[in-house]
Amino acid sequence: MTLSVDEAARFAALLEENQDALVAAWTEQVAATLRGRLSQAELQRQTAELRRGFQQALAGAARDLSGESTAELRAQLAELSASRARQGFSATETAVSVFALKEAVLGVLGDYSSDAATLKDYVAFSSFVDQAALFTFDSYVRVREELIADQTEQLLELSTPVVKLWEGVVAVPLVGTLDSARAQVVMERLLQTLVDTGSPYAIIDITGVPAVDTQVAQHILKTVVAARLMGADCIISGIRPQIAQTIVALGIEFGDIATKSSLADALRYVLAQTGRKAR
Amino acid sequence: MNERIEVTSDRDVVRVRQLVRTLAVAVKLSLVDQTKLVTAASELARNTLVYGGGGSVEVSPAENGRRKGIRIVFADNGPGIADLDLAFTDGYTTGGGLGLGLSGARRLVDEFDIVTAVGEGTTITVTKWCR
Repeated sequence: MTLSVDEAARFAALLEENQDALVAAWTEQVAATLRGRLSQAELQRQTAELRRGFQQALAGAARDLSGESTAELRAQLAELSASRARQGFSATETAVSVFALKEAVLGVLGDYSSDAATLKDYVAFSSFVDQAALFTFDSYVRVREELIADQTEQLLELSTPVVKLWEGVVAVPLVGTLDSARAQVVMERLLQTLVDTGSPYAIIDITGVPAVDTQVAQHILKTVVAARLMGADCIISGIRPQIAQTIVALGIEFGDIATKSSLADALRYVLAQTGRKAR
Repeated sequence: MNERIEVTSDRDVVRVRQLVRTLAVAVKLSLVDQTKLVTAASELARNTLVYGGGGSVEVSPAENGRRKGIRIVFADNGPGIADLDLAFTDGYTTGGGLGLGLSGARRLVDEFDIVTAVGEGTTITVTKWCR
């Protein structure tokens, strides 16, 4: 059921005439759901703006949410959902900001009449608000997805530190799942650090990698080979008993790459190689 | 309590791993067997994704009267495997990997069953029993 031009105009007038009562009722509804996490003044401002948006869209004879006359309203709704999503509100808490308008309007209508024509108008108006709420929901999901993508990227950056362990020895403690994207980041970081520090030794510690399958092994092997090409020796440490048995059963061979059970062993091995003593 | 995961991306392979680990802990597989099963599941789920073009993985608890265990079924509707002997040869790969996934996975589990037909897809069922 879409709004007729007449209905749109009637509701535009209604939203204009009863703006104070509407905004008050609307704000109260939203505030009840958000449980004081946004200030009353802030909510008041938001609902007042939204009311203006709806009023102008309807005054522009909008019949649904796709037309030119609702561009402003859509922008407002998108902005609202973006700010809600960033502030960590749930989808329900975001959508209620729009849905609450229906109840507020019903409250205002109650003062007028309860005849069939008004009811018909209200149903049409209601479906318009539903569209707006769905649009809000879509925008909310989109913003949340963007946030998640950003965080994944940050995590990728954060979770692959290359640390200097000793003069001439760098270490990469790997934690979590080593997929292709991360393996690439690890390799780039390690190779760059080898250049920057001029270290002849690199230790790759896999204590924090829950499962070493052929893909993980292949990524590690490639990193070791690349480091070797740059003249650095790689040691793989942190091979726990269960990982060792799994690697043997899988048939993965690390060849002449030195492997140690702990990071301490690996460091001791490197120091022995270079003829230095750990003090 | 069968759990089913549709595998269509790398992220789903990670989910399969996590699910298998959770269930393996629940039936009290030893740490070594947990790791072996999780690794086998990782290999086979990735095969489902890479060679089968995506498919489904179903994980369920198993029991044979005396022992408890975990059974996992990997199914895809991909191109199938033409030469099984070749596919099970260590080091043979058509995808640029190490060529150890399929053969290695068979060594990591207690029971391994494969049904495949060219053009119809592949279904692999593996079981790991508590010792």
